[in-house]
Amino acid sequence: MASANPHAFIDMKGITKRYAGVTALDGVDFSVNAGEAVCLVGENGSGKSTLIKILSGVEQPTDGEIFINGEQRFNLDPRASSAAGVMVIFQDFSLFPNLSVAENIAFSTQLSKQNTLFKKRNARDLARSVLQRIGVDIPLDTRVESLPVAHKQLVAICRALACEARLIIMDEPTTALTELEVHSLLEIIRRLKQDGVAVVFVSHKLAEVLEVSEKVFILRNGKNVVEGPATDFDAASLTRHMTGRDLPQVTVSAISETSQTLLHVKDLTKAGVFEDINFELRAGEILGITGLLGSGRTPLAKALFGLTKPDSGRITMDAKVIPLGDPLASATARIGYVPEDRLTEGLFLTQSIIRNVAVGRLTAHERYGFLNMKSLNAEADIWLNRLKVKAPDIEAPVQSLSGGNQQRVALARWLARAPRVLVLNGPSVGVDVGSKADIHNIIRELAASGIGVIVISDDLPELLATCHRILVMRNGKITDEIKGASISEEELAHRLAS
Amino acid sequence: MTRIIKLFPKGFFTSNETLVAVVIIAFCAIATLSDPLFFSVTTVSDLLRASIVLGIFAIGAMLVLVSGGIDVSFTAVAVSAMYMTTVFSLGFWPDMPWYLIFTISIFLGACLGAINGVLIALFGLPTLIVTLGTLSVFRGFLLTFVGSERISALPPEMRGFSRMVIARGTTEGGSFYSLPWAVAALVFVVVLTWFILQKTVLGRSIFAIGGSLESARRVGINVRAVQFFVYVYVGALAGLAGIIHASMGRMADPFSLVGLELSVIAAVVLGGARLIGGYGTLTGTLLGVALIILVQNSLIVVGIPSTWQSVTIGMLILVGTGIPAYQAKRAAAKAA
Ligand SMILES: Nc1ncnc2c1ncn2[C@@H]1O[C@H](COP(=O)(O)OP(=O)(O)OP(=O)(O)O)[C@@H](O)[C@H]1O
Ligand SMILES: [Mg+2]
Repeated sequence: MASANPHAFIDMKGITKRYAGVTALDGVDFSVNAGEAVCLVGENGSGKSTLIKILSGVEQPTDGEIFINGEQRFNLDPRASSAAGVMVIFQDFSLFPNLSVAENIAFSTQLSKQNTLFKKRNARDLARSVLQRIGVDIPLDTRVESLPVAHKQLVAICRALACEARLIIMDEPTTALTELEVHSLLEIIRRLKQDGVAVVFVSHKLAEVLEVSEKVFILRNGKNVVEGPATDFDAASLTRHMTGRDLPQVTVSAISETSQTLLHVKDLTKAGVFEDINFELRAGEILGITGLLGSGRTPLAKALFGLTKPDSGRITMDAKVIPLGDPLASATARIGYVPEDRLTEGLFLTQSIIRNVAVGRLTAHERYGFLNMKSLNAEADIWLNRLKVKAPDIEAPVQSLSGGNQQRVALARWLARAPRVLVLNGPSVGVDVGSKADIHNIIRELAASGIGVIVISDDLPELLATCHRILVMRNGKITDEIKGASISEEELAHRLAS
Repeated sequence: MTRIIKLFPKGFFTSNETLVAVVIIAFCAIATLSDPLFFSVTTVSDLLRASIVLGIFAIGAMLVLVSGGIDVSFTAVAVSAMYMTTVFSLGFWPDMPWYLIFTISIFLGACLGAINGVLIALFGLPTLIVTLGTLSVFRGFLLTFVGSERISALPPEMRGFSRMVIARGTTEGGSFYSLPWAVAALVFVVVLTWFILQKTVLGRSIFAIGGSLESARRVGINVRAVQFFVYVYVGALAGLAGIIHASMGRMADPFSLVGLELSVIAAVVLGGARLIGGYGTLTGTLLGVALIILVQNSLIVVGIPSTWQSVTIGMLILVGTGIPAYQAKRAAAKAA
């Protein structure tokens, strides 16, 4: 067992990782050759991020051997691993919110050169050239905390690209990106491969997986199930290996003819962001809003919940006007909003799962100033079960969950509030294909029970599988309205891009 | 008008620094109006003199806040280092040159800081709890085992230091002023700290740790070493501030300094450092110190009785940190 595969850049054998009570990895073998693109797929909580953390020295394995360049490594730490040329784009980005874009990008490089002095000029030059390489324009001196999610993700990608890496690991690098940026990222991966850099790519977007990779590794419940050349798989067989079942194609059922208009948005305008937004939402209807990054879809979603204040226009619910820019009023009117950036915002990471879900429901379970903990917890529990949150214990802190399961906890919190209109911004970002189908089912069920749902997404299959109607936004305006059932994915992509 | 505004960096008009500077200018203007003698060389040199010790403390406290911790023990470190150094010098070599006395005090301060550093960096204990503990332990140890008497017969070189002046003289009005060399110590500390924070990887790592500890660990920053450095450095600064305090006051008083922690942290927070870590500037810190010193020394000039001192400082903190925070929140809501 001690002799490693001579061709492999990375060879991990029999890797086991146990956290108190949970076996995250159980004897996993994983290898990457130089210049190879490898895809690591598996359901939420199957151990992908854990494997990556072990390879990058962030976590120590309970058992198993790691060879880098044929040499066995013990007690790998982040510095040693990056010195060996292993760079990681973490699922939660792991950026420094208080530092500038340039510093975030250049930090690892300056550390690995063992500099004493911080070379600001070099840092800026490096950052500028990397940003140019992936073709995005982000001001170098802005603090990362004030960037939108997609840009944060791009900064995290740039940081990994800035180093002289021999292997770049991307843990779900595209969750916040739209088609356009994903394309340039895939292009970069191809170029990296030509330069002999290996890439490990983790994603739940199966189309991407097959597009870039030569080899596929599938994990299920912390064990290897299958590995093989990418050409042997298609989306359906990947799904089957990951989940152990086939997913049926579903479409939405029609809305009842008699259903009332719930939400009415009239002439909503915010200078430079969106203008003249008009639409209605009926009870039981699922309305999709899509558009490229910067098309104004997220500001619009936030405006619906009062998180941004439009300059003019009107939002009415059941013929009652809701004051603009007042989230509390929107919440009272029972509008719910699930934000896009659930992983880095909105969750209390060190608090228990159950508390994170129950927090939005405190007033509903209060009597004479006391909380009825039993009913509160019971209700939260129902939602956790419906969303199939995989956790050893509902009292465990949210941060011990896998990324996708954290997403579900955030979703559960909002669903528990029983809204009448629910605005979902990227409802299935970062969840695996199996649970995505589950979440879509839940959305359809919610609608069937009379809730009006707005789904904001650029995942076209998702929109087609859930929406009755799809609004397309461009440059802050609604440019197109499409009947959900009447269009194929190709047509929709075409109308989005044109 | 908009062109003038564009000359300033973005965020200039909403930053703590600007706000504090405006308050300081307003304060001076009012003070000069009500007492034309206020704005004089004498006042400036008095205020400068008063801000040396507080300034050095504040820079240390700012560094800890930036790294994501909080230190309340530095006054106890300062008084212990200063008193032990004095006792040592009087006992073994009363004529010890002043720079050696200073070096010993700085070294002792660094050692005491290293105790904080070990507890925090190595054992990972919460910074507030550790430094609250060491605050009492250091001071209790000093009073019990080293001595509790005020020493006014200082080593001659220490008294000599307080007489070393860059400039002195009498104004036309007949009031006396002097600018001691101790001011140079503050300048030195400012320059050194600026260099560390802005120009070294170590300094940027302090910011990085304050911004996100876990991310810092993941990019391979040696978090423990950086934290350890921060507490040792702060200890050394405290040792320096302590010995300057004793020399300038011509007395080694084991009961002095402790109790100043909160004013110092107030000054730092006024200057824009945030308790959550990752944010803080030297300019802001120095402005915060200047404001606190003004309020402590000159409140009476603008017609506010000095009993209102702590109320004024409290109000300044609420307004001075509240307004930028509120504006930031509104800006975020607008931009989103
Ligand atoms: N610090 C921790 N303490 C306890 N359990 C943990 C910890 N980190 C991860 N786990 C558990 O290990 C398992 C694997 O998690 P991991 O994050 O590797 O999943 P993943 O495959 O990356 O999933 P996702 O697609 O959702 O990101 C999960 O069951 C998770 O709850
Ligand atoms: Mg993961």
